[in-house]
Amino acid sequence: MNDRAWVATRKGLIELRRHGDAWKVARASFVGDPVSMVLPPDAGGRMFAALNLGHFGVKMHCSEDAGETWQEVAAPALPPQPEGAPGPAWKVTLVWAMERQGRTLYAGTLPGALFRSTDGAKSWQLDEALWDRPERPAWSGGGYDTPGIHSISPLADGTVLVGVSCAGAWITRDAGASWAQTAHGMRAEYMPPEQAFDPGIQDPHAIARCAAQPEVLWCQHHNGIFRSTNGGARWSELHAPLSSFGFAVAAHPVDPQTAWFVPAVKDQCRIPVDRALAVNRTRDGGASFETLRSGLPQQDCYDLVYRHSLAVAEDGVHLMMGSTTGGVWASGDGGDHWTALPARLPPVYAVRLG
Amino acid sequence: MPHLAFTAQLQRFTQTPDLQTTATTLGEALEAAFAINPQLRHYVLDEQGHLRPHVVVFIEGRRASDRETLTDALGPDDKVYVLQALTGG
Repeated sequence: MNDRAWVATRKGLIELRRHGDAWKVARASFVGDPVSMVLPPDAGGRMFAALNLGHFGVKMHCSEDAGETWQEVAAPALPPQPEGAPGPAWKVTLVWAMERQGRTLYAGTLPGALFRSTDGAKSWQLDEALWDRPERPAWSGGGYDTPGIHSISPLADGTVLVGVSCAGAWITRDAGASWAQTAHGMRAEYMPPEQAFDPGIQDPHAIARCAAQPEVLWCQHHNGIFRSTNGGARWSELHAPLSSFGFAVAAHPVDPQTAWFVPAVKDQCRIPVDRALAVNRTRDGGASFETLRSGLPQQDCYDLVYRHSLAVAEDGVHLMMGSTTGGVWASGDGGDHWTALPARLPPVYAVRLG
Repeated sequence: MPHLAFTAQLQRFTQTPDLQTTATTLGEALEAAFAINPQLRHYVLDEQGHLRPHVVVFIEGRRASDRETLTDALGPDDKVYVLQALTGG
């Protein structure tokens, strides 16, 4: 679906509708409350929104009618913490990622836990094999005090790849019975040189998969852009113009050579390069990039597009992105031209089309 | 009997009983409220049973000190307020 979009923001969930080339706000839900992630409706209209109430914790809501009405359902929660257990407290502080594969829902959280639900979020099951990995207590935070799972890429055959800040990428090929590191080839320039290629300390900001050719994955990393053509077994570094720092990546759903990124200056200065918003697009597997600016603010711009806030529709043509200062831009031609949403939204956490 | 009341802010999300209880500790008083509305538990406590970081409880004007095992004692006529802390907002 390329005429409906969902924008999860610091102060509510905003539904947008496209009429011709123009996007407009159609509805706002959870007004005033932080919505950390949204999972768009399935064919039957069932969708989910994860809230992070400032005082009252993480909550999950389900709609059976594509966002018209909502009911609270179970939120992912960790089991009782054993006395002396190493690592962060066993308390879910954020639902950072949500995906579905068939009837299974996935939720990635801070602190570094993956949950599944097969009953529509009436209950959630912790992936204990990943949670019990001996490396997990040493995972570090990236942007937050505790580590978190921000990218979940499930396939129908039981393969699931997750991106962790900061613990690289992990993969299961047996539906979560066992897990292995899969960030080899990523490079961390923020570590001592001898540890730069340690897969366990990589900080992938976001990982996206080509739906039609799922062995192709793209990663916007803390200090670079990486691509894998073998399902994450090995990653190669790419070099984009302006900057290879950023948060967001969108993978073309059909063309494994095409992906989009939104560069920012660097980790010490998280704003667009020259305060001019741009999108980097490659259509040749990362060998080269085009920098797209048409319709985007080109002066006095401080908009940062966060890791879940660049989305591409199933057609590979319609894109949308939202910023930490509430800007939203849409493209109907693969990113060549962008149009600003005529609204000032709260800080954007996630944008999803569908 | 101790009297337990919740911030009106919670009523946006779930029902909050205003109750008299025979509880002698904060934990017992909260359990009495959760028995009336089980959904309330996870708004006030996290999954480890601790007070959420940005929830604050006052007992007769004193801030409850045991945020994990909730053993603060209640006197027979104490007023207990479960409020949102300014740290969270």
